[in-house]
Amino acid sequence: MKDKPEPAIPESLLSLRGIHKSFGAVHANEAIDLDIFASQVLALLGENGAGKSTLVKILYGFYQADAGTIEYRGEKVNIKSPHDARALQIGMVFQTFNLIPAFTVAENIALFYPELKEVFDITQISKQIEVLSERYSLSVDPRALVRDLSIGDQQKVEILKLLISDARILILDEPTRVLVPHEIKALFKIIDNLRADGYAIVLITHKMNEVMEIADRVAVLRKGRLAGLLPIEDASEGLLVELMFGRKVAEFQGIKSAWVSVEVTPLLVLEAVSTQAQGTEVSLQNINLNIRPGEIVGITGVSGNGQRELADVVLGKLRPESGAITLNGEDISRYSIGSIRSRGVAFIPENPLWMAVAPFMTVLENFTVPNIRRYARLGGLRIDWQAARRDYAHSMEALEFEFPLLSPARSLSGGNLQRMVIARELAHQPKMIIASYLTSGLDVRSAIAGRMALVQARDQGAGVMLFSDDLDELFAISDRLIVLQGGRIMGEFKPADTTFQEIGYLMTGSEAEHAY
Amino acid sequence: MPTEVERRRRPLFGGLDLSGALGRYASMLVLALGLFGLIIWINGKNPILSYRELFGSTLGSWYGFSEVLVAMTPMLITALAVALPSRIGLINVGVEGQLYMGACSATWGALTFSDAPAFILLPLLTLLGMLGGALWALVPGLLRAMGLVNETITTLLLNSVAPKLVAFFVFGFWHSPMDTNKTPNFVPAARLPTFFGTRIDFGLVIGLALLTIFWLVMKYTRWGLEMRAIGGNPEAALRNGVPLKAYIVGVLCAGGAIAGLAGMAQVSGYYGVLLTGFSRGVGFVGFLISWLSFGDPLGIVLTSFLVAVITTGGSMLQLTTALPYAIINILLAVALFVVLSGINLFPKRKSA
Repeated sequence: MKDKPEPAIPESLLSLRGIHKSFGAVHANEAIDLDIFASQVLALLGENGAGKSTLVKILYGFYQADAGTIEYRGEKVNIKSPHDARALQIGMVFQTFNLIPAFTVAENIALFYPELKEVFDITQISKQIEVLSERYSLSVDPRALVRDLSIGDQQKVEILKLLISDARILILDEPTRVLVPHEIKALFKIIDNLRADGYAIVLITHKMNEVMEIADRVAVLRKGRLAGLLPIEDASEGLLVELMFGRKVAEFQGIKSAWVSVEVTPLLVLEAVSTQAQGTEVSLQNINLNIRPGEIVGITGVSGNGQRELADVVLGKLRPESGAITLNGEDISRYSIGSIRSRGVAFIPENPLWMAVAPFMTVLENFTVPNIRRYARLGGLRIDWQAARRDYAHSMEALEFEFPLLSPARSLSGGNLQRMVIARELAHQPKMIIASYLTSGLDVRSAIAGRMALVQARDQGAGVMLFSDDLDELFAISDRLIVLQGGRIMGEFKPADTTFQEIGYLMTGSEAEHAY
Repeated sequence: MPTEVERRRRPLFGGLDLSGALGRYASMLVLALGLFGLIIWINGKNPILSYRELFGSTLGSWYGFSEVLVAMTPMLITALAVALPSRIGLINVGVEGQLYMGACSATWGALTFSDAPAFILLPLLTLLGMLGGALWALVPGLLRAMGLVNETITTLLLNSVAPKLVAFFVFGFWHSPMDTNKTPNFVPAARLPTFFGTRIDFGLVIGLALLTIFWLVMKYTRWGLEMRAIGGNPEAALRNGVPLKAYIVGVLCAGGAIAGLAGMAQVSGYYGVLLTGFSRGVGFVGFLISWLSFGDPLGIVLTSFLVAVITTGGSMLQLTTALPYAIINILLAVALFVVLSGINLFPKRKSA
């Protein structure tokens, strides 16, 4: 990527000067000066809560800065709403997509059209989508229903929305956290094409290697301030980490793999488990899997190849059509979620806001819900909040996380929510942990804490199913690796005996050549 | 994803935003009374005199006030029958039907066991009333839990079935020798006690007690926590091990049971007889009150009181001035619009 011809003198599209924003006593952004140039990728790096989201939300008109100015092509502007932002050709792809699942791709894009006619021609819009898809290798079928698309394709639809509405400055909020390696590759190719066509791209991410690969400049935020702004030529992963945290962090050090003998009686046994897909689900087909106490089994695959279904079938949300699931020798395939969870099964889902918490309830209440049997007194007439508080504080301390007990869960940022769920699920020495995309959305340090917590639970004899797309993570901490494709187990490995390429090949099947 | 119910429920009384809530209620009063005054004026009457009449006849005398409390009793209970299911995102439009079924089964008890003493008969009628309402809500509950039909539609449809079922029993079996459309008067042992020589009956106590229990359950118990979890995010609650289907069936049945209790209190307290078509929409008024107060117990009490003042005063107004009663429905509708649109004429000043 570095060998492409230097673009002409970059044109500053947006200039931020002295941006300041505080929420109550918290200074989310302080004295931020930043320029966004055409034909450049600007990476925004920072720990959870460093102020990246606040900054881009100011750009997109969700918040107004308390102080400071924004200039658009040299003219001072006032961005009061996303509508204003769109008028200035600023577009944003959020972490959670704003698509209507029951609509087709074309319909979703038509909704976002700047000047949609009263009677509109969907075929014309479809054509436009196809042209743009072709040009930037987005490969999205305008007639497909959004609910049938993978996460990666939904993201492409979000990008298409912006392109069609004529945005020139594209803000992508952690676009890669939901993608698998070959999807990330594809996304970066798209970004490359867009950059070559003069688009300005602001990329929020946690992942150093991505920054090094795609960015032209890096802005590092720490505690609301700009800790560093440097061209990529001057950056190194070590330097960036240091700028982010102020001290050095080692990501995968000190984790020893445990190889549990096959003689050990398994904790969880799936025997020829198959499910019948409903709607957009994937059918699991003849899954045979043992999880022994004291091991982490990494499960990977392209998103939407049965990962969620496999987690759900163990959790009891999905009933197997055939086959049996036993936990500690007990057949649990017909048990309710409540009774399975009360047998020591913890669940850390991929999307905490959707699958783990009630946003309007407080953190403490959310902590209590899945463990309610433990805290209910007088047959449920009373809840022992003191005990819940104590356990919660204990669990937070063990993970070195900290946040308020009594604020509503929705006031936490995405990363903090994930941390809250991790603390909750690991609070009561679970026997079996189902962790989906444990570290997505976590900054480096929290991700380490989360992984260490899993490793610790494993060393205390818990069995862990770790669903992940992050092969670095899987190779570092899992003791066995399983690859899922189309609801089938394609292979089982010891991480030491395999390579990224082999795993990637199995994940993607015939697409392997493109991915690697 | 937060449900619509959760999003709409703003902090009311007991929440942090007390002044905001009061502002909203004051706005509701000012706007509703203003618009209503305009309608009275267009009708060629003096709005100020009419208002004096309306409030004087209700709040100006002990008798008037007692009549307000009488009118308020079924409203309290039916509003709760809507508010409870709404906490887990269920919309119970079927209170009217559940109330009829509660009244019907309670009447069966009153007619069959008329020899029993009051201390046996009244608890029995209460139970029967709750059972009747709960059974009427069981069908929509089961259908919803199985994911077949939305409860809003089924409960609404069952509303038109219940009065006909009641009419069938009254016309066919239970009517008194003199009338065709009502049962014989209940024996005194089957009547709820009244207070202070007025028509205020024990139903008011039941209503207030139920609201208090509702508040305590939601705030302090395991079930309240789990219900709030479902209302906040059903998907997460399910994955956290909350038995979602059991709650859907159970809570809808509990709502039905409360509605049935309202029916029992109506026939055993207010009327003392089962009359076909007796309810005249008190179930729907309860629905309105529950949404006006966003399911908040104290809000239900205040709103019920207000609505009771308006309806009781409206009846008086109809007698003394020549205004039609339908005008009261206009006033209620205006109040609903004002509250649901969230207008606040007295916004809190943000402290700098």
